[in-house]
Amino acid sequence: MALDILKLTRRGVFAAMGVCAAALIGGSAANAKVEGDTIYLGSAISLTGKYASDGIHSRNGYDLAIARINEMGGVTVGGKQYKLKVIYYDDESTPARGAQLAERLIKQDGVQFMLGPYSSGLTQAIAPVTEKYNVPMVEAEGAERSLFTKGYRYLFAVLSTSEQYLASAVALAADLAEKNGKKPSDVKIAMAFENDPFSLDVRAGVVDDAKKYNMQIVIDDKLPADLSDMSATLTKVRALQPDVLIVSGHNKGAVTAVRQLKEMQISVPIVAMTHCESGGIVKEFGDAANDILCPTQWAETLSYKDKYMGSAAEYDAAYKKAYPEYQTVPYQAAQASAAVLVWKEAFERANSFDVEKVRDALASTDMATFYGQIKFAPEGNNIAKPMVLRQIQGGEYKVVAPLKWASDSVNWPRKTAAN
Amino acid sequence: MLNNLDLLSLAPYLNVQLLLDGLFIGATFALAAYGLALVWGVMNVKNLAQGEFVIMGGYIAYYFAKDSVVRIGIPFTDVLLVEFMKPGIHPLWTLPIAIPIMFVFGWIIYKLIIRRVIERDLFTSLLATFGLAIFLQQIMNLVFGPDVRTAQAGFHTRLLNVLGGAVTVADIRLISLIVAGFLATGVILFMKNSRMGQAIRATAQDARAARVMGIDTDRVYAFTYSLNAAICGAAGVLVAMIWVIQPFYGVTYSVRSFVIVTAAGFGNIAGVIIAGLGIGVAEQYGSFVFGAQFQQATVVGLLVLALIVRQVQQGRKRQAVQ
Repeated sequence: MALDILKLTRRGVFAAMGVCAAALIGGSAANAKVEGDTIYLGSAISLTGKYASDGIHSRNGYDLAIARINEMGGVTVGGKQYKLKVIYYDDESTPARGAQLAERLIKQDGVQFMLGPYSSGLTQAIAPVTEKYNVPMVEAEGAERSLFTKGYRYLFAVLSTSEQYLASAVALAADLAEKNGKKPSDVKIAMAFENDPFSLDVRAGVVDDAKKYNMQIVIDDKLPADLSDMSATLTKVRALQPDVLIVSGHNKGAVTAVRQLKEMQISVPIVAMTHCESGGIVKEFGDAANDILCPTQWAETLSYKDKYMGSAAEYDAAYKKAYPEYQTVPYQAAQASAAVLVWKEAFERANSFDVEKVRDALASTDMATFYGQIKFAPEGNNIAKPMVLRQIQGGEYKVVAPLKWASDSVNWPRKTAAN
Repeated sequence: MLNNLDLLSLAPYLNVQLLLDGLFIGATFALAAYGLALVWGVMNVKNLAQGEFVIMGGYIAYYFAKDSVVRIGIPFTDVLLVEFMKPGIHPLWTLPIAIPIMFVFGWIIYKLIIRRVIERDLFTSLLATFGLAIFLQQIMNLVFGPDVRTAQAGFHTRLLNVLGGAVTVADIRLISLIVAGFLATGVILFMKNSRMGQAIRATAQDARAARVMGIDTDRVYAFTYSLNAAICGAAGVLVAMIWVIQPFYGVTYSVRSFVIVTAAGFGNIAGVIIAGLGIGVAEQYGSFVFGAQFQQATVVGLLVLALIVRQVQQGRKRQAVQ
């Protein structure tokens, strides 16, 4: 019994020491809003856990843009030049941790200007915190529609929202139907979406557009999160022979769909899905991934440009130079860089570090970047940049829609993967 | 839903397709569940890290199947001792690699962790294996990263004409079914005929009596746990070839294993295999008829049904109070 007490007290001492140490570490960081000639931005981002690879793409994107802006002289406010710096914390890909760290950034580190985390889920966890402390956040990786229906005043997103992801595939199907002498209302759509908020947002966009063209939705399956098999859904596809198959289920959904489309020798004239790049379907399946349509926020072949990063192609080259381990530049990185550019211009337009003034400057953003036009709706989402649709042709991603930016014409109907 | 039922009766070949796919899926589930039934039945340890063992097997297949540069040096220094190119082998040939690796791994885990919790109450072993599951997930995440991986077996698909329609059978799935069958038969024969198998069965029946008879139950437990890890590893190799692996996907296999073992009862090898295959088929039909969102609901619904039936049956029998 005495021993038990001893153990308990020893544990107690350790706990107390831990608390003290944490307080010391926290306390030592000074008010980091603007210090000397440095503006501190804060970000909780996923460096470990399930979003680690995308989280690291985003951090690289932030770092690249910050390095470029600092090289070019930094941010000029009130005639003085400031450098940008980011305080990062690893949110371990868990929303609760993200919210905690956002609070820490604001309350302990004194950060007044935030960059977003990776994924809609984390953004959803952090936005209430930044909103509570009236801290503006420019985020680049949370596309979920529901982020912009809650009346957040301090949240701004540079990317297109998720309901736009695959809506363009529906428009393309309508175009192709008309070109081939059919009515858009004859088009049959099969859908398989994972049962999570992001994928269901994508689905909502598809359903809206399908309604607009009066198309028929013949399959509407919602894949459970832990599902690694789509064969039942694809068996239905074989039986009903739709004109369009649309799949969204993160990386696993993309990989599973491509593999099983080939294995089951399913032929559908148009196949569109999200997460082609991050799922690595070209590397994994080669020719079996051909003619699949993939939406993207950004592509290096687009003709966007700005004075910081140059053109999209120049950004692509700069990124690969800074991070030679990349063969292709993920759009997650590009949009993260764009968020930093938005901050720079907002500070300069506000010409002050007064949070409200900076927030209003952010809200009035209307700028061209290498990532596309950025102009925020009152709700905070970017309404100026469209999604583009790329098709995998001969193992490469070619922009095929919208027509304004198309570099190649679409292959239709899709050929079944060779057995 | 009714449309989908009509479809099944209008195009009977679809039934064949669903049935076949269900059996292919069920075979891997049955394999993992069989390992769990062993550990549960013999050691009374509910191994929550079952799925992680499966995914580990998958990563072993993934690693040996791809070309990679191997560098061996002294940690925390720049000293490089050996560097060579490891050519990838066909993922099917990683089975004889994954099985012994996982067996040894299971032995180590037993000696380090399981041995200490086996005599404790239910919650201790649940907590210990749950902790192990989280630990393994994070280690795999650190080593292999969070990307979705597969091992490419590169087989073809057969088109069969059955009941007026084309049914596809991917060779790799057929091979997996056969391999799973072989493994299950091997383990059953081993349990029936070998000394260790007999010792395991004796321990399962009454550990204390087995000890009295001179059986080293600690060794039996270690062997059982390692055998389970090896079986899971084999299942993992098949999973990597048929589906996808990712450090956090283990829970699917843990849950399925628990459902199967709960439905079948752990003393019942044939029951586990039938339940495994049955769950595969039920998932396919559930998904086809009600939509993929009801796939798991179908399975869990069936489990509830099985438990109710079992309860009623047992209620009829009079049992001695233990």
